[in-house]
This record gives sequence, structure tokens and C-alpha cells, in this order.
Amino acid sequence: MPAASWLAQPMHVLQPALAQGTLSPAAVVEELLARLASHNPALQAFLEVSTERLRAQAHALSQQPRQGKLYGVPIALKDNLCLQGELTTCASRILEGFRAPYDATVITRLKAEGALLVPRANMDEFAFGSSTENSAFGLTRNPWDASRVPGGSSGGSAAAVAADLCAGALGSDTGGSIRQPAAFCGVVGLKPTYGRVSRYGLVAFASSLDQIGPLTKDVRDAALLLSVIAGHDPRDSTSAPVAVPDYLTALERPVKGLRLGVPQLSEEGLDPQIKQAVEAAVRQFEQLGLQVERIALPHLPHAVEVYYIIATAEASSNLARYDGVQYGHRAAENRHPNALLDMYFSTRTSGFGPEARRRILLGTYVLSQGYYEAYYLKGMKVRTLIKQDFEQAFQRCDVVLMPTTPTPAFRVGEKLTDPLQMYLSDIYTISANLAGIPALSMPCGFSAESLPIGLQLLAAPFKEDVLLQAAYAYEQATEWHRRKPAISIK
Amino acid sequence: MAVVTPQIVEQVALLARLRLEGEALSATVAQLDRILEYVKRLQAIPTEGVEPTSHVLPLSNVMRADAPQPSLAQEAVCRMSPSAQPPFFKVPKVIEG
Repeated sequence: MPAASWLAQPMHVLQPALAQGTLSPAAVVEELLARLASHNPALQAFLEVSTERLRAQAHALSQQPRQGKLYGVPIALKDNLCLQGELTTCASRILEGFRAPYDATVITRLKAEGALLVPRANMDEFAFGSSTENSAFGLTRNPWDASRVPGGSSGGSAAAVAADLCAGALGSDTGGSIRQPAAFCGVVGLKPTYGRVSRYGLVAFASSLDQIGPLTKDVRDAALLLSVIAGHDPRDSTSAPVAVPDYLTALERPVKGLRLGVPQLSEEGLDPQIKQAVEAAVRQFEQLGLQVERIALPHLPHAVEVYYIIATAEASSNLARYDGVQYGHRAAENRHPNALLDMYFSTRTSGFGPEARRRILLGTYVLSQGYYEAYYLKGMKVRTLIKQDFEQAFQRCDVVLMPTTPTPAFRVGEKLTDPLQMYLSDIYTISANLAGIPALSMPCGFSAESLPIGLQLLAAPFKEDVLLQAAYAYEQATEWHRRKPAISIK
Repeated sequence: MAVVTPQIVEQVALLARLRLEGEALSATVAQLDRILEYVKRLQAIPTEGVEPTSHVLPLSNVMRADAPQPSLAQEAVCRMSPSAQPPFFKVPKVIEG
């Protein structure tokens, strides 16, 4: 293998080389630094690269026994995960200069397995967006076509995996923020079941929807990374005390006889190329021996409305804490008679970007007296109907298949002035968050312009093993995951 | 008919502690109106007798033993503040005198 191609390898190839000592953490870091120097300025997958910190980590790892599922493997971290002593800004001015005082539980788990941590992957401010254009510190570009967005909000994580600027990454997904950028960048992205992965140390956006999950070069890596971060954590009261199965063993289980649910979807706004690629994937699954069931998810078309009520309501409440007192940015004070109130207004107005301000206002509106029942309560009831649709579907099938996104990656600036159009790009991903179920996106084809197309698989709660099993069988039978953007290592 | 008016948005901005004036106000009114107009499609769905879902997990009252555990040092917490004099956070004067 040529010396400079380690970062092109999936984690499950990289880790054994590091554990056996044929490759050193220092060599991985030097290759990573060289690639970051040549590609990060244009892509801006990372907001910051700390050369010293990476070298220090490599040195520390070289002094340890070569052990751990992720020994020496570079993992990119989204900028909303707390890493002790390091900046964690959620790509927002309001958290500029904030250094996390403790490690998120997922970080503690990565460290315990010897991972090489690579902060801070760019994102939409507070994960509000589907393009990473809402970052307060500049946009990330799609490695397949620099005139296009990488998706969002975990756009930095997805672009870094696709461009070989890391071996794998962590992102967070509130309405599709792992799966949609994974689809746009041609990588694998998994949103686990609500409660599967601890959120201690994840900066909150919408607490009934947020989950942390992996973005990887293939399905086996997704299983590997999930096996490290999954499991109960007493520090997160919404983390579920449910046993974690062996995800890597699950990959090898035969898929023949699994039932694949294919919902009837509205074709409004669906790119015909995506429709074709997804239909071809259904035929591929049939050839693999899955039994196709036509299913109905009648309330799915209303997922976007429900989401933008519930997610903004929860966000407005979570973001009330940014008032310039305890951490982050504080606007200059004046001697106004109402100086404290004035400081709140100035801090929040100057600290939050346009989309954050819009969502706070929307959320405050739907929760305010007189509108609560018409919006928030109604939204929570329709959420029940969406959840029931899936419960009924999973009585008839093991895995549901649909597109991840209605179109391939759109152009930079294309949807920035029309928030509603931006919201509608999440139409197929949102329902998994509302229902709390696991969902995975993986490559299933390319558009005429050579842009990746994502296939989404969904399963019943805590059935990530079945999801990964089906995804792995499809990946083994296809070559899509082997195609790489020109910017990657060949 | 418009779902929101400038007066409603001004009131909401006041509650959210965000300043919104002039062109920014009118642009926001138009954007929120378009989003809420879309969201209003929900009203057509019958939900009589449907229980609201606030949370998907069947978990409730997660408790732990009432025993002290290590927490962050006061000094470290104050260091995160833009203005502090440990063990206090400093804020603008709220009482004249």
C-alpha cells in the first residue's frame, strides 16, 4: 500500500495496521496534517486545525499499549460536542471563545478506545440548517462539486469523511443532520434510536429529537463506531437502559427472508434520478432475497410542519440560556437605566445569526399564549399519528426503504433566501426523529452530474442491528461506496 | 389573510429578548408568515382523541440515589463567564444607588 493512502482506508482497515504497529499514530497525524493543509482552506470542513494538539495526541498514543477498537484512528468531531479544554462553539458567535469544562460521554468513550480526536467540524449554527451555510464562521463546500453545499447541519463531518480528511466522524441529527449531508457527500450516516447514545455533552437543539451518530466511509465502520458510542449513561436521563447487541456480528447475518417495506410517496419535488436510483435499490434488495411489502405512511407528508413546530419550540427554550452571563459572548454594556435587560437584548441580537433568530422567534410564537393549542399541541398530536404509522408498518416489515433527500446536493446560495424551501429538503429524514426510530443513509447511485444519491433505511426502535445487516448486504452487492470524489486519495 | 402581523412579531421578539426593527422586522414578518401558512396545513388533520407525544421513550421519573457526587469546581465554572469575580458572575447594575 502506498505510504500516503492510509486516510483513504475505512477505520476497520486502518485500526488493525495501527494496532499491529505497521503504522504509527504519528504517521497518520502527519498525513492528516498534510491533507488538511492542502484541502481544508478551500473546503472548510474544519473550523480550526490544532497541529500541536494532534501531534501531542499521536505522541501520547505511541506511549500507550496499542489497544482499543479505534487505536490511532482519526475521528472528526462536530463543533457541538464538548471536548474538555477545547473550543466548542456550535459555529455560533454567541459561544465564541467558549472552552468546554468537561468531555461529552461519546468523547469519553472514543478516548477509552484510543481514538485520535479531530475537532472542530463545521456545522450550521446550533445545527439550524441543511447546508452548513448558516455557520457564523463561513460555509463548507461539497467535495464532489465545490459550487454545491455538503448538506447540513453536520456538513463539515460529512465533507471531511468524503474528502479523506479523517477516517470517520461524529455528527448529530435532529431532523436529518447526519443523513442528509451523508447523502449529499456520498458517505454512510446513521441516526441511532432516540436514547441509544448518550447526549451528555452535546449542546442541545431540540431535546426530544437530538441524537449523536456516526458518519463513515462504509457500513462496517458505522457498526464499529456505533458499538463504541452506544449504551446507557446515568448522566443522560433520556438514555435508555437497553442492552447493546454486537453490531459487527450482525453484519454477517443472512438477509434472505427479511421484509422490506416500501412506502407510497408523493412525487412532488422528487428528482426523477433519485426515484430511479431508489427503485433500482429495491430491485437489488429483492435479488438479495428480501421480501418487498408495499406499505402506507399516510401522515409522512405532514412531518415537516410538525417538525418546525416542535423543533423550534424546543430550540427557543434551550437557547434561552444564552444571555451573556454564564458563558460565551457578551455585548458591550452601556449605562442605560435598564442595563441588564439591555445587555440581554444586545448580546442575543448580535450573538445569534439570522436562522437562529428566526427559529427562536418561531418557537417562542408557537409556545405563546393563544397559539399553543393551535400549533404546539396540534403538532404533538400529529407526531403521535406519525409514530403510529411506523408502528403499524413495522408489524409488516423489518426495514423501511425510501430516499434520503428529494434532490442531490443543491448549489451554494440556492435556498438561503427561502427558509421554507430549505426546510423541505429534509422531508424524508424528519419522520425518523419524530418517531424516535433509527435510520441510515448510504450511497445508492449518482446523478447525471456525478453527484451522490442517498438511500435511506429505517427500522423499529433499537433495531440498529437489523438496519446495519440490511445495509451491509446491499453494500456488499454494489460498488457505489467505492466511488470517490476527485479531491480524495486515489 | 396574514397569520402574523408586525405587532405580534414585535411582542414575540420582546419575549425572546431579540431586537427587531425596521427592515429586519418586515422581512421577518414575511418569512414567519410564509412558514406558518405552510404549517397551518396541520389543522386539516383530524386528531380527536389522539394523545400528544412529547417524548418517544417509555421512560418516566428517572431517579438516582440522593448522594453527593463530584461536580465542576466553582473557579472553573466562573472562568467560562465573560465577566466574573469568582465565586460570582458579574452582571450590569440592576439597583440604582
